[in-house]
Amino acid sequence: MLRATDIAKSFGGNEILRGISLDVERGELISIIGPSGCGKSTFLRCLNFLEHPDAGEVRVEDVTVTSTGQWNRTDEARAHRLRGHVGMVFQSFNLFPHRTVLENVMLAPMQVKRMDEGRAHKIASELLEKVGLVAVKNRYPDRLSGGQQQRAAIARALAMKPSVMLYDEPTSALDPELSEEVLSVMRALDAEGMTQLVVTHDMRFARAASDRVLFMEAGQIVESGDPDVMFANPREPGTRRFLRTLL
Amino acid sequence: MKRVVLALVLALCGFLNVTGLDGRALAEDMVAEQAKAPAAPVAPLRVPGATDDRDLPWASDGEANVPYVFHDPAHEGRMTGFEYDLMQAISARMGRHGRFVQNGWDGLIPGLSRDLYALVIDGIEMTPEHKAAVLFSRPYYVTVDRIVLRKNETGLDTLEALKGHVVGTIKSTAAERLLLDHDPTNVRSYDEETNLFSDLKNGRLDAILIDEPIALYYLADDLKLVGPPIGRVAYGIAFPKNNPGLRDAVDSVLGDLMNDGTLHQILARWNLWTPQMADYTGDQTLLDIKPTAWADYRQTMERMSGSSVKAMVHRYVSFLPLVLSGALMTLGVSALAMVLAVAVGLILALARAYGMAPLRWLAGLYVEVVRGTPLLIQVLFIFYGLPAFGLRLSPFAAGVLSLGLNYAAYEAENYRAGLMSVPRGQMEAAIALNMTHMQALRLVIVPQAFRTVVPVMTNDFIALLKDSSLVSVITLTELSQTYIRLSSTYYDYIGTGLMIGLAYLLVGLPFVRLARMAEKRMGRVVAKGHH
Repeated sequence: MLRATDIAKSFGGNEILRGISLDVERGELISIIGPSGCGKSTFLRCLNFLEHPDAGEVRVEDVTVTSTGQWNRTDEARAHRLRGHVGMVFQSFNLFPHRTVLENVMLAPMQVKRMDEGRAHKIASELLEKVGLVAVKNRYPDRLSGGQQQRAAIARALAMKPSVMLYDEPTSALDPELSEEVLSVMRALDAEGMTQLVVTHDMRFARAASDRVLFMEAGQIVESGDPDVMFANPREPGTRRFLRTLL
Repeated sequence: MKRVVLALVLALCGFLNVTGLDGRALAEDMVAEQAKAPAAPVAPLRVPGATDDRDLPWASDGEANVPYVFHDPAHEGRMTGFEYDLMQAISARMGRHGRFVQNGWDGLIPGLSRDLYALVIDGIEMTPEHKAAVLFSRPYYVTVDRIVLRKNETGLDTLEALKGHVVGTIKSTAAERLLLDHDPTNVRSYDEETNLFSDLKNGRLDAILIDEPIALYYLADDLKLVGPPIGRVAYGIAFPKNNPGLRDAVDSVLGDLMNDGTLHQILARWNLWTPQMADYTGDQTLLDIKPTAWADYRQTMERMSGSSVKAMVHRYVSFLPLVLSGALMTLGVSALAMVLAVAVGLILALARAYGMAPLRWLAGLYVEVVRGTPLLIQVLFIFYGLPAFGLRLSPFAAGVLSLGLNYAAYEAENYRAGLMSVPRGQMEAAIALNMTHMQALRLVIVPQAFRTVVPVMTNDFIALLKDSSLVSVITLTELSQTYIRLSSTYYDYIGTGLMIGLAYLLVGLPFVRLARMAEKRMGRVVAKGHH
C-alpha cells in the first residue's frame, strides 16, 4: 500500500540517501533502526515530501509522486494529495501551542477537510478517549507532560484518517515510563490494523512490536527481516556492530 | 499646419488630464478662443482648485501671521487680516466667492504648482528669485523695514550701528538679505514672528529688523520702533506660471481698487496706509477712516492675553473647539495609518520570510528605503511629488498613506522577527496535516508570531500617534499645528502646551488600552491551561 522506489537525496553534495526502495504491506508495523546520520529520518521525511527527494518515486494508495529534483507546483499539488493518506508524528511533538489539545485535533479536519464543527468534535473526542487524554482535552500543550503531548500529536494525525502513520523518533525526547504510554498507543493501533513506519532508537520496542525491522547504514537499507531473527542472528557485519554497541 | 497644432493641443490636453489639470476646460478655452478670436479676446478664466465657477480658492499661511491673514482672536474659526480683506474685495469685484485655504509657508508655492488653489497672498516679496518661480500681480503693498529694540536700549538705530549686535528677522525676507550683506555672523533667522519677538524681549536678541506692518502689530509695551525706514519691500500676489489669464484679471481689479480708494480704505482700517503707499499709488488724499481693525485687534489681545483668571478661563474655553478638532484629526489620521501599517507590514513580512526570491528582494528593498529616509520627506513626496505621476491625493489621504506606508516598514521587521521566532517544526506539522502553505501561515504561524510582537506594536503605535504631527506640513490642522497656532497667537506656550499635551495623552490612551487587552487575551490563552 506504500511503495518507495529508488529514493535519493543529497545535502550540499553529501549523499544522504543512495536509492532506497521499500514495499509496505497494509497493517504492517515496520521499525527503521540504524546509527545516527544513516539517513533514516530523512528517508521517512521523503515519504510525505517534507523533504523533496532528488530522485525516486513514492506511491501511497492511488497517489504516485515522482521526484526529479526540480520541485514545481504540480509536484507540490500531488504531494499535497499524497499527504492526505499519510499521518506524521515528530520527535518534538510540534503541537500548536496557541490551541488546546482538542482544538489541535479538530483544526485540520475542519480547515483542510471542511468538516463541520460537530463532526470534528465527535471524532476528536473519540480519538482523545482512545489515547487517554479526555481529562486534559481543554488544556494548552505546555500544561501537558511529554508523553501526553505525544499522544495528543498521534490523535491529531489520526483525525485526518491516514492509511499510514510515520513516526520520527517518537519517544526519543521522553523518559522510559512516558515512552511506554506512547508505545502502548502504537501497539493498540497495530492491533487495529494500522500501517505504521517507526524510526526509533528503542530496540526493545523494535524487537517486540515490529512485524519487520529495517537496518539502515550510510543511506542504504543494509538488512531487513523478522525482528527476532535479525536481533538474534544479524547477517551483515554492520548490523552486528550496531546491535552489539547497543545491547 | 492647423491639424498639427490641433493634434498637439489634444495631446497636451490628454497629458493635462492625466496630471489632473483641468484639460477639458483648457480645451474649451482654446476652442472658444479660436471661434471668436478677433471679436472677443476674453477667454473664460482658469481657476485651479475651484469647486464651481464662482469659487476663488486662495492660499496663505494663516498661523500667527498678523496682520496679513490670521485667525481672528475674537472669533475662533474666523479669518481676518488686511490681505484677507483685500482678497474679499478682489473676489467680490470679480463676481466670485473668495475661499481661504490654509497651507504652511513652505508649502504655499508647491501647492500653487499642484493646482490646489488659484493664487497665493502672504506678504510674498517680489524678488528676482520669486519671480523666477511664479507670476506676480502688480504690488498690492509697498513698505519698508524697521528696527525694533527693547525700550531701555538706545543707539542701535541704523544698520551701521547694528554691526556686532545679534539681530533677528524672518527667514528668506529682504530684511534677512540686508542683514546678511552687512554682518552675516550675527543674524538669527526665525520662522515665526512670535518666537522672534519673544527672543528680543528675553534678551536672546539685541534688535529686530523686520517689515513695518509686522513691527507695528507685534510691538509690545516694552519694545520700541527706532530709526528711519530702511530699504523698500513690495508684496505681490503669486500665480502659477501657466496662468497669466487669471493674473491679468486680478491685476486689473487690483488697479481699480487702488484708483477708487478701496485699497486705501482697507489699509487705513488696519493702520497700514503709509507715505510709501501714497507715493506708490499716487493717492495723496487723507481719508477720514478710523483704524478700527487695528484697534479691535489690540483690544482683543489685551483682553485675551491678560493674566487674570477670568481672561485665562475665557481663553482656554475658547480654545476647546479647536483642540477638539485637532484631536479628531490626529486620531483619524493615526488610526487609519495604523490599520494600513499593520496590513501592509504583515504582507511585507510574509513576502520577506516566505516569498519567492524577487518578492523577498523587493520587500527587503522597500523596508530599507522607507526606514532609511525621513518621514517628512516621504510626506512631502507623496503629497507634492506623486501628482507628477498622475496620482493626486487629498491632504488627508496623503497623510494616512505616507504615515501608514512608513510604519508598515517598521511593522514588517517586527512581524518578520515574530515569524522567525516560530519554530520550524510548526510549519512541518501543519504541512504534514495536509494544510497548504497559506493555511499553515494563517492558522498556525501568524497567530503565534502575533503573540510576540504585540508589545513592540504598542510602542510603535504610540510613536506613530506623535509622528502624525508631521502631516501638518500638508495643510492638515492636527494637534501640533493647533498648538503652534494658539501658542503663537496668544504668546502662551505653557497653558496651551499643557492642553495639547493632555489631548495627546487622551487620544493615545485607547491605543494603549487596546494593546493591553490584546496582551491580556494572549496571556489568558496560555493561562487557561492552569486549571
